[in-house]
Amino acid sequence: MTASADNYSIERVLDAEGTLVGAMPEFAREPAVLLQLYRALVLTRTFDAKAVALQRTGRLGTYASSLGQEAIAVGAAAAMAPDDVFVPSFREHGGQLWRGVALKELFLYWGGDERGNDFAGPREDFPICVPVGSHAPHAVGVALAFRLRGEKRAAVCVFGDGATSKGDVAEALNMAGVWQAPAVFVVNNNAWAISVPRAKQSAAATLAQKAVAAGIPGVQVDGNDVIAVRAVTERALARARQGRGPSLIEAVSYRLCDHTTADDASRYRDDAEVSRHWPAEPLLRLRNFLTRSGHWDKAKEEVLLHECNTAVEQAVEEYLATPPQPRSAMFDFVYAALPAELTEQRQTATVAHGAA
Amino acid sequence: MSELSLVQAVNAALRRAMEEDSSVLILGEDVGIDGGVFRATEGLFDQFGVQRVLDTPLSEASIAGVSIGLAAQGFRPVAEIQFTGFAYTCIDQIINHASRLRSRTRGRLTCPMVLRAPAGGGIKAIEHHSESPEAMFAHIPGIKVVMPSSPARAYGLLLSAIRDPDPVVFLEPTRLYRATREDVADDGAGLPLDRCFTLRSGRDLTIVAWGAMIKEALEAAEQLTSETIEAEVVDVATLKPLDSATILASVARTGRLVIVHEAPLTCGFGAEIAARVSSGAMTSLLAPIERVTGYDTMMPYPRTEAYYMPNVGRILAAARRMMAYA
Repeated sequence: MTASADNYSIERVLDAEGTLVGAMPEFAREPAVLLQLYRALVLTRTFDAKAVALQRTGRLGTYASSLGQEAIAVGAAAAMAPDDVFVPSFREHGGQLWRGVALKELFLYWGGDERGNDFAGPREDFPICVPVGSHAPHAVGVALAFRLRGEKRAAVCVFGDGATSKGDVAEALNMAGVWQAPAVFVVNNNAWAISVPRAKQSAAATLAQKAVAAGIPGVQVDGNDVIAVRAVTERALARARQGRGPSLIEAVSYRLCDHTTADDASRYRDDAEVSRHWPAEPLLRLRNFLTRSGHWDKAKEEVLLHECNTAVEQAVEEYLATPPQPRSAMFDFVYAALPAELTEQRQTATVAHGAA
Repeated sequence: MSELSLVQAVNAALRRAMEEDSSVLILGEDVGIDGGVFRATEGLFDQFGVQRVLDTPLSEASIAGVSIGLAAQGFRPVAEIQFTGFAYTCIDQIINHASRLRSRTRGRLTCPMVLRAPAGGGIKAIEHHSESPEAMFAHIPGIKVVMPSSPARAYGLLLSAIRDPDPVVFLEPTRLYRATREDVADDGAGLPLDRCFTLRSGRDLTIVAWGAMIKEALEAAEQLTSETIEAEVVDVATLKPLDSATILASVARTGRLVIVHEAPLTCGFGAEIAARVSSGAMTSLLAPIERVTGYDTMMPYPRTEAYYMPNVGRILAAARRMMAYA
């Protein structure tokens, strides 16, 4: 059998207009759950816009936006149990927030402070991974640890379409398959890896079929449909917890933003193409659905926006008011105990420049 | 006490570590039923089972990467890379992740893993099987780099490496795996990972080496006695963190330093030692520091590899030059 796009269909619950086109999963029958998902999407986008604004005004470092792709990390994280472990790439702010990473911690990280990775909430979650795809084997290791200890936990790893071209990802999928490790790999296929479009990333008809060679299930889902993303991730997690091994989920989305704040996508991508994808973005469809089903209105929207803005602004204030770490801190976490030669360097650095 | 070869001492240390700590796991290619291509893990699969001795697919980068995930979860993985020539794909995982997980998370997640690999030449192996990449690893902040030179030190240093809370690259000199045997007390005693070992005392000259080159260093020191030259031999053992104090103290006594390593000259670890001695023991030096090393060439194929390898003759020549230096 030749794997082609024909063997795959994109799972979807809500279409771009917010019309129900698939079976509503169990969790989504509770309006409160849908409202919680919607709030997470809005909070993520509010954080995102603020982060870009802070970078533009010199108060944050280079930042990778998740604009238009919020539903992927939020949906995946929402499917997880608290004691599962999240192993994200660098566009999963929404998932990190859902998992309990604080807004202030995200600002600290992107503002250039390691303490942003010392999550007070999900203590076992990995920090984001910058070298593309190199975190996929870590998720296999975490999942293997769960399997070896006989725990009903799983690791969820997210990476982009570009990462699927990396050997690390191929190796990780293969190893996870061999060991039937309880891991779920989610591809944020946002159609662009900086300037390289999906078609030039791989001749494979789908990225989900990368699972075929690893002997594990691979599915496609509408990455802009948070309900569908959560549903397919829940299924993959249930499977993993039952000892039935890993899965690969290709969440099809579109990068409405530049690659990062250091990128200018107009150099390689038509604005018209971006405009064509805006109507399918993830917030609109869920808001439409909630509005039509009588659970949402303009007043509630305003209250929510205000609440998210307030939370983000407060986190920004806390972030900006956080004094930088002392000069000596760079030495203090290199090893559990500082070796003699580093003690010497630490001393030199603080004497030369002052302890602060 | 029993007489063990270096590879048997590695095996004994692995067994001891696994017996005393159930979080110690072994993973790598052919480490299970086969016991590793050098038999370093022989018998461990039978004793500890498939849950603790894991044969991996042929994926060196992910052997390192999976170890990081296991270590972050509280296991103490000991990963075997079959030869250091295949460890280069692991360097991304070591540099970008293993070494800095503690620092990136301010100590929230740590990486107590060991990456073991046979290293060095002189074994008439096919290409890519005779590499000496210790300086590349020693350049990476956040890891420790160890290269034992005897069965007893291999045993004690490996136990300490496995018990260490940070990642350790443990390079085993292939040429010494079965070269000699010595009494090794399998008593679970570790050796410090921040100490050089002075193997022989002498007042005229310090020879600093590590791994398989300790054999040549000791032979040279023995031969020099007939010329009434007393050479001190220091086994670096742990390259990172480097115990400068022992080397500086030795050079302060002898005034002369020969550094011997198999790796190429340029940016070899000898350069680091020479730099530290020139700044830390400058006034003690009676002659320029000599480095007897591999050349800045590829390791030749087996028929001519002896031309590349530092040997006793080259060490003696360097020693004589230094003694004659006015």
